[in-house]
Amino acid sequence: MNLLREPAPRKDPAVDARLNHFTSPAAPAVTSEPVVSLRDFTRRFGDNTIISGLNLQIAAGEFVILLGRSGSGKTTLLRTLAGLDPVEGQDVTIPGSRAVVFQDARLLPWKKVWRNVALGLKRGNARQLAEEALQEVGLGHRLEAWPLTLSGGEAQRVALARALVREPQLLLLDEPFAALDALTRLRMHELVLSLWRRHRPAVLMVTHDVDEAIALADRIVLLDGGKIVAQERITAARGPERATVAAPLRKRLLDALGGVVEERPAGEIVALHAGARP
Amino acid sequence: MSPFTRLARSLGTARWLSPLLLLAVLEAGSRSGLIPERTLAAPSQVLATLWAMTASGELTDNLAVSFLRIIAGLAIGVTTGIVLALVAGLSRQGEVAVDPLMQIKRTIPTLALTPLFIVWFGIGETPKIALIAFASIFPVYLNLYGGIRGIDVRLLEGARSLGLSRAAQVWHVILPGALPALLVGLRYSLSVSVLVLVVAEQINATAGLGYLINNARDFMRTDIILVCLMVYAVLGLAADGLVRAVESRALVWRPSIVSQ
Ligand SMILES: Nc1ncnc2c1ncn2[C@@H]1O[C@H](COP(=O)(O)OP(=O)(O)O)[C@@H](O)[C@H]1O
Ligand SMILES: [Mg+2]
Repeated sequence: MNLLREPAPRKDPAVDARLNHFTSPAAPAVTSEPVVSLRDFTRRFGDNTIISGLNLQIAAGEFVILLGRSGSGKTTLLRTLAGLDPVEGQDVTIPGSRAVVFQDARLLPWKKVWRNVALGLKRGNARQLAEEALQEVGLGHRLEAWPLTLSGGEAQRVALARALVREPQLLLLDEPFAALDALTRLRMHELVLSLWRRHRPAVLMVTHDVDEAIALADRIVLLDGGKIVAQERITAARGPERATVAAPLRKRLLDALGGVVEERPAGEIVALHAGARP
Repeated sequence: MSPFTRLARSLGTARWLSPLLLLAVLEAGSRSGLIPERTLAAPSQVLATLWAMTASGELTDNLAVSFLRIIAGLAIGVTTGIVLALVAGLSRQGEVAVDPLMQIKRTIPTLALTPLFIVWFGIGETPKIALIAFASIFPVYLNLYGGIRGIDVRLLEGARSLGLSRAAQVWHVILPGALPALLVGLRYSLSVSVLVLVVAEQINATAGLGYLINNARDFMRTDIILVCLMVYAVLGLAADGLVRAVESRALVWRPSIVSQ
């Protein structure tokens, strides 16, 4: 099998026993210096501990998917990596250049599309950079459009262009395609992968969609109750090759999530991806 | 459908018909002597007076004086309102310092300050301009402050996540986001300034629309009074139209305007 299984980084007896039968005690395979590193990270809101004792490293250029059910603390973790929340002196390393794409595109409605992309760029050729980035996401023809006239998918592509034009070391995506229809979502997957291949940022993408995770990730990190309960590294190439490992992986992930495995064609998204790329 | 019924139908939905009928009735009443001239001048008389006063420059000169009072008062009041709203809207300390004072100010009807302003500033131009300025602060302050506080925090966070400095966030997100609210405030300020102008010009004026009205009252010239009332109405309309024009240019990004 093309899967390298990884343990939850902390062997905490409190972690669900269910993990044991699909994780092994081998160390995570982080080769170069990680761009993201959290050690024993805890986040509380008042008396509520949302994340506790979390360890996470992300290597340069690695595509990590953070998977977990609603309320498991995914956004909270992502906000920390985005530098949006205070870390209160904890052992948190994040790169200097980061960009976030939220579920809602968060474009400024009073700025034309290209100005949204160029927002905050200090360099003189901001307009040209914005144009190039928008061409990359296939919106070279909407430079002068007002954001409120864009469709949901277009707005997210602008948000992607706005994130990538900064050439971030770390690209954070918080359920960026959850509000899009299935077909648009598949196109966006292709786009994200091609952009990732070209620019090679480290990516942390949040999703609650297991198939999306399998289709895109180098590594899937499963978050539950503020702890990493499982990690899966996928070495199979994206596309047709991945379809073969999708079914068992999907079952394990859903088991770990405590979900019911529905009877539907396994790895259907993965297969669709295989067809979508030449 | 006969031409007659079609005419009857279009008349039935014409909104200009009833004002026109009222004018016709007034005119007939004046001509027949039912309405004495010292009660209400005939519409034709009012038009003639309007023409004569414009031709002689009497109306335009006095209008210019009133106009300058409004401009000066608004310039001071709106600027003050904007500055106070920025101070209160953009910082907690500013809010604590400014907002209670503004809420106290709100409880005092501006026109009730007229005697105090006369004591302080005499009876020249200053109290008139001061009254207009004082009245026009609050609408701008209240709306802009509310607009700043009502900014979508997700947009601000989006800007922050791209590494924008606080100053850049204010410039690119907060100010443009609060602009619609500022324009609403501006519209209120403009109409309140015309209202205050009317009263302020009762203070021993020697020029201006209020002066014209006071004089006309002494000579029971209802035609001149009506001309001045028309000018006030036109001033109000023009002020509203101005803000609308600014709005449609400044807020082109709004969907309702985009789709047109
Ligand atoms: N600012 C906040 N204040 C208080 N509680 C919060 C805040 N943000 C998130 N939470 C709580 O943290 C938990 C995890 O939220 P979140 O990270 O948004 O979950 P997810 O993105 O996985 O759906 C939720 O129970 C939520 O109520
Ligand atoms: Mg979330």
